[in-house]
This record gives sequence, structure tokens and C-alpha cells, in this order.
Amino acid sequence: MTLHLKKGSSRKSAYDLKNPLDEQIETHTLAVLVDNEAGVLARVIGLFSGRGYNIESLTVAETDPEGHRSRITIVTTGTPAVIEQIKAQLGLIIPVYRVNDLTVEGPSVEREMALLKVAGQGDKRVEAMRLADIFRANVVDSTLESFVFEITGTPEKIDAFTDLMHPLGLTDIARTGVAAMARGA
Amino acid sequence: MSREMTGAEIVVTALKEQGVDTVFGYPGGAVLPIYDAIFQQNDIKHILVRHEQGATHAAEGYARATGKPGVVLVTSGPGATNAVTGMTDALMDSIPMIVLSGQVPTFMIGNDAFQEADTVGITRPCSKHNWLVKDTDELAETIHQAFHIATSGRPGPVLIDIPKDVQFASAPYKTKAKAPTTHYKPQVKGDLAEITRAVEAFEQAERPIIYSGGGVINSGVAASQLLRELVAGSNAPITSTLMGLGAYPASGDNWLGMLGMHGTVEANLAMHGCDFMLCVGARFDDRITGRTDAFSPDSFKVHMDIDPSSINKIIHVDVPIIGDIGHILEDFLKVWKSRGRKTKSAAIKKWWSQIEEWQATKCLDFKNSDTIIKPQHALQRLEALTKNMDRYITTEVGQHQMWAAQYLNFDDPHRFMTSGGLGTMGYGLPASVGVQVAHPESLVINIAGDASFLMNMQEMGTAVQFNLPVKQFILNNERLGMVRQWQQLLHGERYSQSWSEALPDFVKLAEAFGGKGILVDDPADLDEAIKEMLAYDGPVILDCVVEKHENCFPMIPSGKAHNEMILCDEETADAIDAAGKTRV
Ligand SMILES: Cc1ncc(C[n+]2csc(CCOP(=O)(O)OP(=O)(O)O)c2C)c(N)n1
Repeated sequence: MTLHLKKGSSRKSAYDLKNPLDEQIETHTLAVLVDNEAGVLARVIGLFSGRGYNIESLTVAETDPEGHRSRITIVTTGTPAVIEQIKAQLGLIIPVYRVNDLTVEGPSVEREMALLKVAGQGDKRVEAMRLADIFRANVVDSTLESFVFEITGTPEKIDAFTDLMHPLGLTDIARTGVAAMARGA
Repeated sequence: MSREMTGAEIVVTALKEQGVDTVFGYPGGAVLPIYDAIFQQNDIKHILVRHEQGATHAAEGYARATGKPGVVLVTSGPGATNAVTGMTDALMDSIPMIVLSGQVPTFMIGNDAFQEADTVGITRPCSKHNWLVKDTDELAETIHQAFHIATSGRPGPVLIDIPKDVQFASAPYKTKAKAPTTHYKPQVKGDLAEITRAVEAFEQAERPIIYSGGGVINSGVAASQLLRELVAGSNAPITSTLMGLGAYPASGDNWLGMLGMHGTVEANLAMHGCDFMLCVGARFDDRITGRTDAFSPDSFKVHMDIDPSSINKIIHVDVPIIGDIGHILEDFLKVWKSRGRKTKSAAIKKWWSQIEEWQATKCLDFKNSDTIIKPQHALQRLEALTKNMDRYITTEVGQHQMWAAQYLNFDDPHRFMTSGGLGTMGYGLPASVGVQVAHPESLVINIAGDASFLMNMQEMGTAVQFNLPVKQFILNNERLGMVRQWQQLLHGERYSQSWSEALPDFVKLAEAFGGKGILVDDPADLDEAIKEMLAYDGPVILDCVVEKHENCFPMIPSGKAHNEMILCDEETADAIDAAGKTRV
């Protein structure tokens, strides 16, 4: 894997070289290509919990059944130094083939899917339906007193939709976590 | 198609093909087929330890004394869990180790069967990689891959969990050449552009220092030779971590002694005051850096390391060079020579005169006594009486370990084995067993504390059974000395639980195991006692009764910088502030 190391050339202290912005917390989306072998997810998750890193979201599924490869998409937060450590540490896991930091490697697209169950009657039910329309959510199940909406979009869009559904009778929500990919060929 | 073998035979055949001559292990129900296969051959010697932790440390000692991976064989459940400490130790100190563990049969996994433990789950964070092999067909290739992973890149422990039915079932044997390989191929050559940048800065250095670590030793003897060549050619001063001792000879002209928490004044002040630091195979561990925001404030830093995750983890460096130390040093020297071996020799001379002033503090001097043996004196005498011998030293963990690093001289790599990263009491005796197995004719001494020695003392039985004449040099202060020192300096002399109460009679203990025991408590008898220990052809415990409240100095108190060292008891008052107390 390639490392993105900050290199200074000043002859001052290493600490003077530290970018003052370093202490800022950043959110990065990492795409990790792994061998789909037993325990690989446990290794990745164990790395994050063992070293005190954050996982905002994590998705995993086999993406190349013939090559037995899976793609894990992790959204994580940390200072730039911590993000570099996370990538380097992921690179040490034997079944990890590649670590791509989609946040720094150029523009990328991120999508998440969610299912929301909204229970209600009368005006609230109508309003939920109307908002779902605006957000391009699909109804995948309905009874006389409930809907299950399927919505796809950026995590922010899903957050916004969820916020709106709360007062309208949101009873259950399932989110997939983020899948992400670099733009362009 | 090669011949069918049972899983157990595959294990033994694969080990042989990998050049294994020794296995450290302990049998049990889930590995009986492998023990049966071991019984029916003579190429691989099995050393029966007395506790599986002992097997792991013995394998570490063997590995560090030979440069080859150490191999451990344990049963399921408690056998495997007992191996966890040694695996963690090997992970922290980058020691190549292959642990083979038995497991309950595949059809019983998950049933809470007798002696079942989730061994791969338990050892995942303390191994470089591990496998549960569910199919005999995959066993040979897994073992071959395990050796590759344990020994390449940054070395470390791996574990292969082998269910009993997999050991019984048959499959064709796959040789190393035929087995599928892994994609794991760590970078060994350093980036030439970075190396050139490092050389350019090195040429300009007026106050250079070379700070070397265990990575030089792991890389092989050639790396130590190249390091020596670089030091000799540039006249740069050199210091080393605990793990790196011996890569540059302690008798060498440019040697400043060990650095870090109990390092020498000259090494630590040179680290603090240098304008160029070449870190060769070390990792800026907290025992080395002290307070990181005051660490070597004015230097241009070059970091050579095989592990990309070591770069910028603790200290931000100016030039990172990832690769094997031997390869990097070779290229570094090539580039430096091709540019005309430039150094700022006049400035470096001036730098040396500054360093000589620091050396004049003679920080390792101590008040000797003619009534009670000072631990430092005991080690100085041991050094004097053994220095020309073919000698290997292991240590336990505590004050005696730091004194061993300070007062014994190591002129070659692979001669000093100690638990650095994990600080495992109980490491030294089994490690000495492993070293002696690897070098039956050499002198192997474990420098021990009374408390540490008791942690794995059962391995005296192994030493006696296999005629391993290991010497246990116990600096007996009847205290958990290092704990006591911290309590004295940090906790108002409240010595909570740091007494070694009810110590055994070590002479009788040695005799009970079938070895020789010697007691010495008078400085006048010390030399004779050491000579008696050396002359005896068999395992010896030398119970060297020393000053009880001696402190280990110099010391950089936790939370302090390199230039805030304390040198002696008189300087300890208020040396450590509240923030320092919260650190380890
Ligand atoms: C397994 C383990 N438990 C606890 C410790 C904490 N510890 C570090 S040094 C020390 C005291 C060691 O005493 P001793 O072996 O007698 O050596 P001394 O310091 O007296 O030379 C202890 C308890 C440790 N390092 N390892």
C-alpha cells in the first residue's frame, strides 16, 4: 500500500513540523480489499477496538466470489496522524490486499441504504408519504397503519429523512452503512 | 501426486522441510497424534518444558540466539492459553515464532467441549497472523505460509490451530515449492530518493547521533557489519535501545551506552542535543523518548524501519525509509561513498568534546561497599570474569535487567536476550534454556531477580532433564526491586506488596531440581562464587544476596525529558510530578 507521509525538511524539532491543523478531527472513508477468509472481519474490527480508533460505519460483502475477495468500507474519524496510523495498521493485516483512502485520493461517491418503519394514521400518514416522495424513498411494505420506506443516498440525506420521520411515527430503522467508490475510470 | 500422509505426519514433514531441528512443547489430548508422529522420527528434537509459557520463551531465546524461528507445540485449551504471554512478548519484540496448537475435533468445535478454547480468537491480537486449519489438505501449505509470514517483514509470532481429526485424516503432502504462496511480500529495499535525502542531511550534520534498535539484529549479522562500517567511516556517536545491544560493540570507540529511561547521561543528552538523528530499526518507544514533546527538539530525523506503521507513530520524522535495515544501510553507504564520504568532521570533533564532558559525569559509577554486595558490582565482576568467553546473556525483568544492560558489555548481535516491549517477568530462565539448546557448548547466563525467577522456576527441571548447563545469576534483594524503587520515588516510600516474603532457599531449590546451588553474600567471596558457578558442568543457581534498597540510575522519571535525568538518590526528591505518576 502507499503511505501518505508528511515530509518536512526543516531542521527544527519534529514537533515544530507538526501541522497545527493536525489536532483537527477528520472523517475519512477507507476501502479495504481483503481475502474473504475466516476471521478477517474480526481482525479489522479488533484493530479498531484494540487501538482505540473510531468506526462510524462499516460495511462488508464479498465482491469477487472467484478470487474470494471482499470489500470492507469503513468510515472513521481521527486526527490526520491517527488516520495515517489506521491505514498503516490495516496494511499490516495479512489478508488485507489494499487500503484506499477515498477521502484523499480524489472525488468519490458514497451511498447508504436504510429501511424505516413509520406507524401512524390520518394526517401523519399522509405527510410521511408526501415527504417520502420528496426524498425519493420507496414504499416496500405497507399496512393500514404502517409503511416501510426504502431510501438510498448519502448518510446526510438519510439522517435528514430520519429526522423528519421521527415526529411522524418512526418505530424502527435499519441502515446498511456506507458503500463508497472513487469517481472516474 | 505425492504420497498421502496423516495430518500429524504432514506437520512433522513440513517442519523438517522448513529446517526445524528443535520444538519446544508440552503434550495433551488434542495433540497426541502429532506427539505420536514425533515419537516415530529422530530429526526433530522435542524439548519437554514444564509449562507452556516456558515453551514460548524458550522458543524466543532460541530464535534470538540463532536468527531462526522458534517452534512451539501445545495442546488445546489451557495449553494454548498458557502460550499467550509468550506470543505477546514475541509480538512486541518482533521475534519469529511458530506456535502449533491442538484443537478439539472440528465436529466438536463450538460445543464447549473438554479443553476447547477459541484459540484463534484469543490469539488474534497477539499474533502476526493465525489460522484454524479445518481440512488436512490445507495443512502443509498453511505451515509453509506460516514460516514465510513469521520470518519476513517485521518478524513475529504466528499460530496454527489444528483440530484433532485434521491430525488423523490423510492428504497428499505439499512441498514448499508446490504450496500456494501468500501475497504477503513486505518491501525490503528502501526508496533510493529518500535514502539520498537522508545521506544529504547526514553529510551536513554537525552533531549527529545514530540510534539503533532491534531491527538491526533482526535483519541479520550483515546489517550489524554495515552499521559498524557507517559509524567507523563517519565518526558519528552511536547509542542503542535495549533490544539493539550488541549490533555495535560496547567496546567500540563511538559507543555511548544504552539510551532511554535507564540509559547513560551521554546517550540521552546526545539524543537531546543532536542536530541529526539516524534511527536505525528502532521505534521511538516511550522508554526511549521520555516526554515526546521535548524529545530531541533540534534534530533532523531519519527513520529506517521495516514496519510502515512505525513511521510517524510517536515521533514525526523528516525522512522515513521503509525496508529491511540491511538493504537500506547497504544503499545508504553506497550513496554516501559515491558522493565522496562527506562529513563535517571538524564540527563532529567539537561535538565529541561536548559528549566527553557528559561522559565525565561517569553516570554509572556507584558507591561500592565491602560489607554488602552491590548489584552493580556483582555484574561488573561477572563481566570481568566472563568477557572473553563465548557467552550469551538472558535476563528477567526489573532492576537487575537494567543493570545487566548497563554493566555487561555486548560486542556482538544475538548475544543478549531480554523481554523489552512487554517486560515479562519469567522470561529469562526459559529463554536461557532455549539459547542453551541452540548453543550447547556456550556459556548461557540468566541475570535474574528473586521475584522474576520464581515466575517460571519450574523450567529448572527442563534444564536438568536435557543437560542444559544454564547459569541462573540471581541478584537477590528480597524485593520486587523495580516496583519498590517506583514506590520510593513516586508513592512516598509506601512499599505496598513489594517485599519478596517467604523466599525459598535457592540453594536447596537448585538441589531439589538436581542442579547445583551456591549462596554468596560477602563481597569478598563473590569472585570465587562466580568461578564456582562457571566451573560447574550443569545447571546452577547462584543466589547472590545484594543490597536491598539500591536504586537503578540514571533514570528519566516518567513524563520528563532526556535532559531531566536523575543520577543518584540525592536528586530524587520531587523529581516526579503528578502527571508523571499516572504514567507507567
Ligand atoms: C509478569 C509480570 N508481572 C509484573 C510485572 C511488574 N514488575 C516489573 S519489575 C517487577 C519486580 C521484579 O522484581 P525482581 O524480579 O526481584 O527484580 P528486581 O527489580 O528486584 O531486580 C515487577 C513486579 C512484570 N514486569 N511482569
